[in-house]
Amino acid sequence: MNPLQLSQEQAQARTRPRTALLFDPLLVLAALGLVACSLITLRGPGKAKMPSHPLYYVEHQAIYVGIGVVIAILISRLDYSRLREYRYGFYAVMIVLNIVVYAMPPILGANRWIPLKLLNFQSSEFGKLLLIVSLSAFAVERSRRLHERRTTARIMLLALVPALIVIPQPDLGTGLVYVSIAVLMLVFAGTSWKQLTALCALFVAAIVFVLAAAPAVGVHVLKPYQQQRLVGFLHPSHDPGNQTYQITESLIALGSGGKSGRGLAHATQTGLGYLPEEQTDFIFAVLGETYGFVGAALVLSLYALMIWRALRILTMAKNLFGTLIAAGILGMLMFQVFVNVGMTAGIMPITGVPLPLMSYGGSSVLVTFIAIGLLQSIYIQARLSSSGKNRVLL
Amino acid sequence: MIQQPADRRSALTPQLAVRVAVVGSFALAMFAIIFFRLWFLQVLSGTQYANAANTNRVRTIEIAAQRGEVIDRSGNLLVESRSAIDVQIVPADLPVAAEQSNLASPPPKDMALYRRLARVLGSSTRRTRCVVISYVDHQAVVHRYRLAAIPCAVAKKQAVLPFANVTVKQDVSRAVFYYLSERQSQFPGVQPQKVFRRSYPLHDVAAQLFGTVGPISPTQVDPKSIHDGIITKGRYKGLSENAIVGQSGLEDAYDKYLRGVDGKQNVQVDALGRFKGNLPPMGAIAGSTLKLSLDIRLQQAGEQALQTSVLSNPGANGGAFVAMNPQDGEIYAMGSYPTFDPNIFTHPLTQAQYDAQFGPTAGSPQFNRAIGGAGPDGSTFKPITATAALESGAWTVGSPYDDTGKFCQGLLCRRNAGGAANGVITLVDAIRVSSDTFFYNLGALTNVDPTKHPGGGALQQWAEKYGIGRQTGVDLPGEASGTLPSPRWRARRNRLEASCDNLTHPTALFPTHPHHKLAPGGCGLADGTNRPWSSGDNVSLAVGQGDVQVTPLQLADAYAAIANGGDIVRPHVGLEVDSPDGSVLQKIQPVPSRHIPINPSYLAAIRTGLREAASSAGGTSADVFGTFPEQVYGKTGTAQYNNQNDYAWYACFVPSWATKTPIVIVVTVERGGFGAIAAAPVARQMLSQWFFGKKGQYVAGKSTTL
Repeated sequence: MNPLQLSQEQAQARTRPRTALLFDPLLVLAALGLVACSLITLRGPGKAKMPSHPLYYVEHQAIYVGIGVVIAILISRLDYSRLREYRYGFYAVMIVLNIVVYAMPPILGANRWIPLKLLNFQSSEFGKLLLIVSLSAFAVERSRRLHERRTTARIMLLALVPALIVIPQPDLGTGLVYVSIAVLMLVFAGTSWKQLTALCALFVAAIVFVLAAAPAVGVHVLKPYQQQRLVGFLHPSHDPGNQTYQITESLIALGSGGKSGRGLAHATQTGLGYLPEEQTDFIFAVLGETYGFVGAALVLSLYALMIWRALRILTMAKNLFGTLIAAGILGMLMFQVFVNVGMTAGIMPITGVPLPLMSYGGSSVLVTFIAIGLLQSIYIQARLSSSGKNRVLL
Repeated sequence: MIQQPADRRSALTPQLAVRVAVVGSFALAMFAIIFFRLWFLQVLSGTQYANAANTNRVRTIEIAAQRGEVIDRSGNLLVESRSAIDVQIVPADLPVAAEQSNLASPPPKDMALYRRLARVLGSSTRRTRCVVISYVDHQAVVHRYRLAAIPCAVAKKQAVLPFANVTVKQDVSRAVFYYLSERQSQFPGVQPQKVFRRSYPLHDVAAQLFGTVGPISPTQVDPKSIHDGIITKGRYKGLSENAIVGQSGLEDAYDKYLRGVDGKQNVQVDALGRFKGNLPPMGAIAGSTLKLSLDIRLQQAGEQALQTSVLSNPGANGGAFVAMNPQDGEIYAMGSYPTFDPNIFTHPLTQAQYDAQFGPTAGSPQFNRAIGGAGPDGSTFKPITATAALESGAWTVGSPYDDTGKFCQGLLCRRNAGGAANGVITLVDAIRVSSDTFFYNLGALTNVDPTKHPGGGALQQWAEKYGIGRQTGVDLPGEASGTLPSPRWRARRNRLEASCDNLTHPTALFPTHPHHKLAPGGCGLADGTNRPWSSGDNVSLAVGQGDVQVTPLQLADAYAAIANGGDIVRPHVGLEVDSPDGSVLQKIQPVPSRHIPINPSYLAAIRTGLREAASSAGGTSADVFGTFPEQVYGKTGTAQYNNQNDYAWYACFVPSWATKTPIVIVVTVERGGFGAIAAAPVARQMLSQWFFGKKGQYVAGKSTTL
């Protein structure tokens, strides 16, 4: 409908780019910067939890990063548009993987992982990517009816189904990531504000139902500890199950870091095991204690850079599919960063979502790198198509 | 915006731009919020959280200070501190913190811990009766629970001191200590604690003086003044609420010297409470050594002699003695019979054991009769009467008195003991033979009109100067002041008796009062006739009978004044506070309370009478001391006490002009009979020990004067 409007950047890109070196350098900078921060920060938890092998987390994280980088480079060379064809397969695999974990031996009381040799494969993490791609494809399929209420309802439903499978694993955090992926996709797919507002109202109603109405009639949607966490967040002084312990220790860790941190040797909250889940969910508290406000601000800036690049790539994409994939990745990144850091800083309730690229964990690192690979692919395809060479690299 | 299924689209549409702007602004706002939150946490409140992190990793273990030793004047060990290990429960650190609300039925996690601990300590897990007393506005409230031994101990302590540690087992082995120390994560809130326990190597010697130590009780400290486990007000300011302090006797009186300063060991622990290393400790400072003026050989001689007297005089069942330097009030020996071995208090006693040792039939062995047992002192009072009569001019040294053996006032006649008639005698003779009629006469002569002189006449004035009816100020808690009867005192007693008789329920003043009115005199404070002070009262007082009540220590102080020329010294058991290495930190040298100006010629006459009583023919204790090589000045006393056997007294001194080591000794034997028979021999054995290092034979006197 609209005449082709080229941004200045795209106009410059018309001069034929050197395709081998074609990628978004700022996104790479953000990702590798975060990886470096993660490897430095993970020395603390390693020292505390694995005194016999203090670099355990650093080494393993480095291996995951190495694999992740290779996969990201490969994916960035692919034309993501081809993935549209596999939408049904992706969606089915996501559902199956998330159901299969229920048959796996529980780890720490949770059915989240499929134990593999290299890593414990966390289905829900990979499910995020599969959901993003398949959901984007479904949306593109209905691109002419994107303003319809039915389309909005279907996309939400397609996200809610895996979310409801994931939440009882229990993995409330990832379930909410699925929902936020779908919401951001709707925002960028052009769903009317009216429908988005109605969606918000539905969410509020659902939260009230889960927290107040359902328990009142004896249906407990949340696990007791999840409910206690919420109560502990809302009323820190009323804390029957000592659920605010984690947040108290996290705040002490962050606060005691001060401006420039206590250093690896003197970070006692980390070193003496006061921080719960210090290598994964509370890695930001470790960072804050060890390297202070300076370290925390640096990492936050890298996330800001990453989110800005995701937004930028979203606008550049050569097609709606690319825009929606970028939107889904943006939703995933924003939710995880804000909820994880917010939880660590005591302004969000405790939900177990990893901090992308900072938290230790193979699944999370690989998924984030695949997401970055997809963003790069969208970027490269956009540059190529705007330079008139509508072709794939591989 | 309509997109083709082929999915080719142009770049930024206005609609997309708006949405990018909205989402971008949202992200920016979130980053801003997080930045400000981090700024607040890390930069503005950083110090506060840094402190929190420090307290997080540090657990403080209190190191009990070794309580100071108590030694006698030549360094013999009387009380020492032996180290032991107790197992304590720290209520706040239990899996579920013990609180007032969950005492009756501890949470399952705590019960599981108690059971594990019981297995380690070998204590019973069977639920038995557990009586817990709590205080609401100083009113005791009794709860009856059924709990096993450990939760019962926790409940008992928690009910009165909510945050204090609870000792659940004393004197555990090293093995248990290490077992529990190494498994702190399995036993949260269980703390093996090194403590010091009192030990008394001489067992029952001077047992009543030392007193006991124990945890601070809720009645000793205002719970509101406890902050973070530290007492901030009052006598125990600065101590931990778990501190062990002296509870009675010398332990109480000299607590601030003996207790030392508890130390602290800060230990770095991880989140599971596992030991991760020591921080520099704050060592405990051991308590100072308290050197007493006691001479332990004299003390032992006195206690043995007193026991011999009690056992050899039928009916006698208690007694006390005091030996003191008349010049400066240093107490050389102070004993009370029956006695006990304080070592038994170092372990928990069952009620049955306690009753056997200290029950109603045991004769109150913990009671220090030498300072707390006040009663009529019989004829040992006579030198005081003599002073009053001479000083007031009622009598003169040389005035003769015809002792007919009988002294009558109206229809009431009083007789000398045994009906003896001594003929014409002077004051010196009267003291020597202890003539009652002579002193009855002085009592009558010194009586005054009670309406004009409610405080009494010369006898009351001089008795008060000598210290009758007032505390000597000895450095021991629990001293009785005794009674000095006067018209005012009698009127007050009559009033009290009447008000007590008319009561119909117990009150604070009369806690044992029954729920009905009593017949006049039913309270036993007065005879119920409401009679005013009479001359007869003064006559009784003149010979130390009737309502007068004197403690052995008061009498010793009075006789010391006669020996030293009128100084009422302040008796003291404490001699020095020494550092643990033996150097003197502080000498305890209280100045005399007062000087009483007695005319030297009167004093000389009284001394002569006392000397002759112990040495000349006819002297009441001459048959005990006649052959004694030192110059003994002594007076017997035999107090009649309601319907009991007479109380035997003997008060004597060897003054500073006769020896380099002057001493005053007072002995009393309850229901022992005559002073010369039951009390004087004890004094003789003590003097023999004092001057010659051996107490010699027990020689009972024969005099049957009062």
